[in-house]
Amino acid sequence: MNAASARSPTRTEMLRIPCPWCGERDEIEFRYRGDATVQRPPPDAAMEAYVAYVYARDNPHGWHLEWWLHTGGCRRLLKVVRHTLTHEIREVLAPEQWPQEPGESQVP
Amino acid sequence: MSGPTRISGGLLTDPGRPIAFSFDGRALRGLYGDTLASALLAAGERVVGRSFKYHRRRGILTCGAGEPCALVDLISAQGREPNQPATVLELYEGLSAVSQNRWPSLRFDVLAINDLLSRFLPAGFYYKTFMFPGWAWERIYEPLIRRAAGLGELAALVPPHAAPAETVHSHADVLVVGAGAAGLTAARALGGCGLRVILADQDVIAGGGTLLDERWHAWRENCIASLAALPSVRTLTRTSVVGAYGHGVFGALETLAPHDPQRGGGLRERLHVIRARRVLLATGAAERLIAFPGNDLPGVMLAGAALAYLRRYGVAVGARPALFTNCDEGYEALLALRAAGLECAGIVDPRDASPAAARARALGIEVYPGAVVTAVTGRAGVEAVTLARRDGSGVRTLVADCLLMSGGFSPLTALATQMGATSEWREDLAAFVAHLPARTGAQAGALRGTSGLAAAAADGLAAAQALASGFGLPPLIEAAPPLPADPERAAPLALWEVRGNGKAFVDLQNDVTAEDVRLAAREGYEHVEHMKRYTTHGMATDQGRSGGLVGSAVLAAARGVPVAEVGLSRPRPYTEPVPFAALAGGEVREHYRPRRRLPLHEWHAAAGATFVSTGLWLRPLVYAPPGGGWEPVLTEARAVRTQVGITDVSTLGKIDVQGPEAAQFLDFLYANTFSTLPVGRARYGIMLREDGMMFDDGTTSRLGPEHFLVTTTTANATAVLEHMEFQLQANCPQLRVALADVTDQWAQFAIAGPSAREVLQSALPDNDVSASGFPFMAAGAVAIAGIAARLFRISFSGELAYELAVPARHALLAWETLLRAGEAHGIRPYGLDALNTLRIEKGHVTGAELNGNTSADDLGFQRMLKKNGDFIGRRLAQRPGMLAPERLQLVGVRPSDQARRLRNGTQLVSPAAPDASLGYVTSSTPSVALGGWVGLALVAGGRARIGSRLTGSAPLSGESTQIEIVSPHMFDAENARVRA
Repeated sequence: MNAASARSPTRTEMLRIPCPWCGERDEIEFRYRGDATVQRPPPDAAMEAYVAYVYARDNPHGWHLEWWLHTGGCRRLLKVVRHTLTHEIREVLAPEQWPQEPGESQVP
Repeated sequence: MSGPTRISGGLLTDPGRPIAFSFDGRALRGLYGDTLASALLAAGERVVGRSFKYHRRRGILTCGAGEPCALVDLISAQGREPNQPATVLELYEGLSAVSQNRWPSLRFDVLAINDLLSRFLPAGFYYKTFMFPGWAWERIYEPLIRRAAGLGELAALVPPHAAPAETVHSHADVLVVGAGAAGLTAARALGGCGLRVILADQDVIAGGGTLLDERWHAWRENCIASLAALPSVRTLTRTSVVGAYGHGVFGALETLAPHDPQRGGGLRERLHVIRARRVLLATGAAERLIAFPGNDLPGVMLAGAALAYLRRYGVAVGARPALFTNCDEGYEALLALRAAGLECAGIVDPRDASPAAARARALGIEVYPGAVVTAVTGRAGVEAVTLARRDGSGVRTLVADCLLMSGGFSPLTALATQMGATSEWREDLAAFVAHLPARTGAQAGALRGTSGLAAAAADGLAAAQALASGFGLPPLIEAAPPLPADPERAAPLALWEVRGNGKAFVDLQNDVTAEDVRLAAREGYEHVEHMKRYTTHGMATDQGRSGGLVGSAVLAAARGVPVAEVGLSRPRPYTEPVPFAALAGGEVREHYRPRRRLPLHEWHAAAGATFVSTGLWLRPLVYAPPGGGWEPVLTEARAVRTQVGITDVSTLGKIDVQGPEAAQFLDFLYANTFSTLPVGRARYGIMLREDGMMFDDGTTSRLGPEHFLVTTTTANATAVLEHMEFQLQANCPQLRVALADVTDQWAQFAIAGPSAREVLQSALPDNDVSASGFPFMAAGAVAIAGIAARLFRISFSGELAYELAVPARHALLAWETLLRAGEAHGIRPYGLDALNTLRIEKGHVTGAELNGNTSADDLGFQRMLKKNGDFIGRRLAQRPGMLAPERLQLVGVRPSDQARRLRNGTQLVSPAAPDASLGYVTSSTPSVALGGWVGLALVAGGRARIGSRLTGSAPLSGESTQIEIVSPHMFDAENARVRA
């Protein structure tokens, strides 16, 4: 564990993430691993594809597909459908799964 | 008789227990159960502070949290704490408090001149005035303004061993915020059906508004007794819910009494992190002030506060009170004071008639309908109240020593708003209520705009019913006794301000007047958030609780729009001041973050090591006392170069990688190839980020066909493991590979120096560690002192070296065995500093060079990048800019004059262009092998400059040194020693 990962266990965290393996857990147990909508291009893809994969990100006002690694639990990588405005978590999936088309957030 | 005094026993005070305290150095007495504010009032004190900006005399406005004026510095054995509201500070024996914002004294304040100069101190004054010259802000204006303004003084005297606060985590089915009629009813109903309930209230006892109405006392006591009997209900008093964080997480601050061993035991605060499946907000409503000239004179007080002082503490806030109100609720205080035998000066009500006015007249109190207060006069407090009809006619003056005011009630919607509620203007309340979908949270009582205690209780029950059915529970049966009836009340009139001569305040804490709000609007700060920031209205400890909506209404009038269009400024956590100490909880000093100790920590300490924090680890820096300079470090390093040394490298990250496709996975992860590594061999590897930059380096050993052991740098151990887990699960799910972090399971020691082989052979008599039997980069199983261990022939120091790994629990046995074996060879332990000296001489990189901005090519590793096969970072490392010859490249640096030293961070410049940096020194050390100082540097086009000279410029220390640019491999570039 490095200094940056020494997050206080008493910090008031915002999210409660329902891990399919461990149950509902505090955000503090997870490490955010970024945008899960981007996929690594094949090795022979054009440079532009790699540049987009590494640097180009949408900043959606609404539903977002995110990677969360449950470092404080099962160490599984989860795909989480989260609403960036309301923080509602709609679906938690395995890495290979893709979410259904989400509708409106149920939370104001 | 004049001024405030105690006239009877209050609900909370115990006349049999006098308490001695001091205020501004004067010895006073109060009663057990008093707050500082009620004790000061009972002692006849009206002026308790000076205001923030104008230094006007200020009294007590409220009777609870949200007090804007009566803030004091509390002085105790634990230090000096500013901005304590006297209205919630519970009195204790020996309490010592001093007033704020006055110099030299409360009665005579030099800076009260600001009040006379106020026409030159409008809103935005500081921004407009202290503009030029720019340098003067930091050096002259700001220090002066801070001295003049200031809100108290902070000084901590917390004993070094004690944490002043703690944090607890709680879970509930329902969190009920507020224990008034609504909250109590709901908590009892929900707890009665077995739900886990946390009922939190900021007051010292539960009851809310029922504490102020004698008819409700029996009900309240009955309710509290039933709650106490319900095992699934926890009632937290003195606990403010200060923030809503979504997903049912709430923060609540419980105030303890450090002086009271019964309650607190030395702790000041307890921060509750509450996770609740549902929340019921029953936070009630806060009384508003009215902005009229002189509404800040001591003796002007919120009517509800006057009622609370009477009921709770038996204190009459004046001998001859007057009342100015636009609502029937405001009358209750004066009716109660009249019933207590006081002579009342009269009631000023802008409305023409109301049921409350009729009740007042029946008690013989004069009511002036259709009228407003136009001025309050008095020197150190209220002496007279001037009123007039709303059209300006019928001016008259009432003799009064206090003026109660009530501008109506605003629901306390801060938490609801934090949870995403929208607000709706309610004309009948002249206030905003919050709309929260049932799924997010429920609301009940005065927060929703109910009027009266019985209505609140009924609303609390309805909310509980809805919540219980949401949990799938059957309808509740509340066998409640009949509730006392609410009095008939008329709606308030939306009256916000009475314009006249003199300052009419909308925010007493920040000295913001109605005129300041209009000025903000005139100058273009028309949005309520802009007005707030321009005038500071609604900021600071009280968060504009009494005047927030009044300011919005004045702004609305100035803009010529309805209040509904202006709205309130957005409340954010915290709803009340939260001391940093409470947020820190027990995580202070050595508990600030976890500390990782080596398995041999005690041995290192006994050997006299000075420790250094690297990440969370404590590592031996040098085996000498702190401040010993370079000599002990160089002695250790010299031992490695000339004889043999041993160092603890257990902090290296160790990741066990197993599986049929383990080699394939490592090939993808690392820029170089591992699938070709034979079993029993180790290989240095570099890992790139996907953007092509260097991420980490380390050696990986193949322990079996499908079994690898990866080592990482100490600093990146966590990040590399997470990176591997992410890549495996996100990008290589088809590979059968398992990862395990075994960092803590293995202690690892490096034995380095010309005599390392003899030492090892002696310590491992059953294994062949000869040059041929265990060649450079060999890795394999060995036994030391009967313990199964792993040996790696790898070197960071540039010497003949081995690293021995043993299960952590056997660390001491293995270490001591090695020390005994090395005794004859003069073995000595070396710390991180000596290790650094050795690796700089050898040109090995660490975090200073792997800084996230360096590519493999920059550090001279370009040839390691495999030509065939995919790996992370492969594509973007090929970008032309990543290979540009003018990039900063790793070189070695040495001063031309060996007597000169190097410094990390020294800029390297060409003598011809001394202002243009060509790079900088990343690492430096006195050398043991080469004489003088040596260092590593990142230099533009550095490899092409090898053999040339640059100037090392350190402007901060005024140093300028001629520097030779050399190969980073300054010592034994042929690796003869390592391979010996």
